[in-house]
Amino acid sequence: MSGVLRPQHNRDTAYFWEGTAAGELRLQKCNACGALRHPPGPACPECGALDRGHVRASGEGEIFSWVVHRHPQVPGRQTPFVIALVTLSEGPRVLGELLGVDPDTTDDLIGARVRIDFQRVDDELTLPVWRLA
Amino acid sequence: MGLSNKAAIVGIGATEFSKESGRSELQLAVEAVGHALRDCGIAPSEVDGLTTFTMDNNSEIAVARELGMGDLRFFSRINYGGGAACGTIQQAAMAVATGVADVVVAYRAFNERSGMRFGQVSSWANAQVNTNGLDNAWSYPMGLSTPAGTVAMQARRYMHEYGATSEDFGRVAVADRRHAATNPQAFFHGKPITLEDHQASRMIVDPLHLLDCCQETDGGQAFVVVSAERARDLPQVPAYITAAAQGSGADQFVMTSYYRDDIGIPEIGVVGRELWRQSGLRPDDMPMAVLYDHFTPYVLMQLEELGFCGRGEAKDFVKDGAIEVGGRLPLNTHGGQLGEAYLHGMNGIAEAVRQVRGTSVNPVSLDEKPHVLVTAGTGVPTSGLILSR
Repeated sequence: MSGVLRPQHNRDTAYFWEGTAAGELRLQKCNACGALRHPPGPACPECGALDRGHVRASGEGEIFSWVVHRHPQVPGRQTPFVIALVTLSEGPRVLGELLGVDPDTTDDLIGARVRIDFQRVDDELTLPVWRLA
Repeated sequence: MGLSNKAAIVGIGATEFSKESGRSELQLAVEAVGHALRDCGIAPSEVDGLTTFTMDNNSEIAVARELGMGDLRFFSRINYGGGAACGTIQQAAMAVATGVADVVVAYRAFNERSGMRFGQVSSWANAQVNTNGLDNAWSYPMGLSTPAGTVAMQARRYMHEYGATSEDFGRVAVADRRHAATNPQAFFHGKPITLEDHQASRMIVDPLHLLDCCQETDGGQAFVVVSAERARDLPQVPAYITAAAQGSGADQFVMTSYYRDDIGIPEIGVVGRELWRQSGLRPDDMPMAVLYDHFTPYVLMQLEELGFCGRGEAKDFVKDGAIEVGGRLPLNTHGGQLGEAYLHGMNGIAEAVRQVRGTSVNPVSLDEKPHVLVTAGTGVPTSGLILSR
């Protein structure tokens, strides 16, 4: 995993990566109107407030879409592997590799229930990953 | 003041399309622009505007220097890669129509096969220190890091929601390669494929097969845009710019607009509505179209967003050769990016101009409906044109 692509981050997004390192899936929450959001940003598109915090998500959701990546090679990963786009029970969607599924034999995964897990790459990076619930 | 028919494409030029050009990207740009200027009999010294888009490594001033151009009064570079292709013509038309410039050249040139390959993992896009790079932090580190991967994610959900199948995507692959088979400039010249070939081709990112994907290309393409008035005095049949639009939707990302309630490409709907508004035309007025086809699924989604059929109905629309020459709406008569070459949408604009001129290798009659619709990159903020005879 050491060669995996590193995420750009800044003060608007650091809480997410601090969360994965701590074993938490975090969602941005607007302190003014309460709207949940992912991916995050400095403003609330719902109410315009610049006052934001975050909450720990349940980590449970349902697969909205998924792919099996076969070609070309991807830095830090062995092909083939499955990537799932998951709609959290809270509403927002979060993307991650889906572990524990055989890419060559799996049935359609749309609608499958999943839960969050974390894959530590090194001291600098922990990635969110999905497992079937 | 409207833009419709105030400007025209009067010159087109391209290099050969290859897997290894053997020369610099700047030389490709210079050759393509030179060909386009000779096509319309305008000297480089008359050019006073240049426009291109991001992911082109040739600055406007470098192109101007090599061609001996003088003062430039207008230069622009549009964001979002292939989505900008038709946007360059819009910029040129707006500059010419307002008198900001008189002769504007739009260009695109790259060694995108022998140099930095667009189909490989775009590590550079992930490393950008800007908001695009921050956006990519939610997909690239997770392994979704190629154009085919991001399109496949949309395609899978589209299949689930509307019952489309890989064979339905394959009909686009077959139509484009059929058209390419008679185009000497095309990678697939003399190489038509069948639906069985498509189904048998290896998986790249499920559900996309190899033949759902365009091919990385070295090459350059350029256009010369002047006022409609001047166009009438030049040697080629003018391709009047009847409508020219850009489009971005709510909650837009580059290739990863996965956070909206519905799957799809509403940004091309924005373009479509604006094209119909500017032109006063409707889908039924189009005898053909050039729809951006880096990957097949987005051609189906474009047919729906542009109003050629209803949501989820493209899988039926494309059956029975409807999108092949002789069908109800021939698409990508040069072979498209799947069959001719992947010039980031610019070669599709050239085909639309050739159809207006009557010089396409796969001509479609424009006698009754003298218009061609062209679109640019999908899955990204995009653009489109209606060109007319």
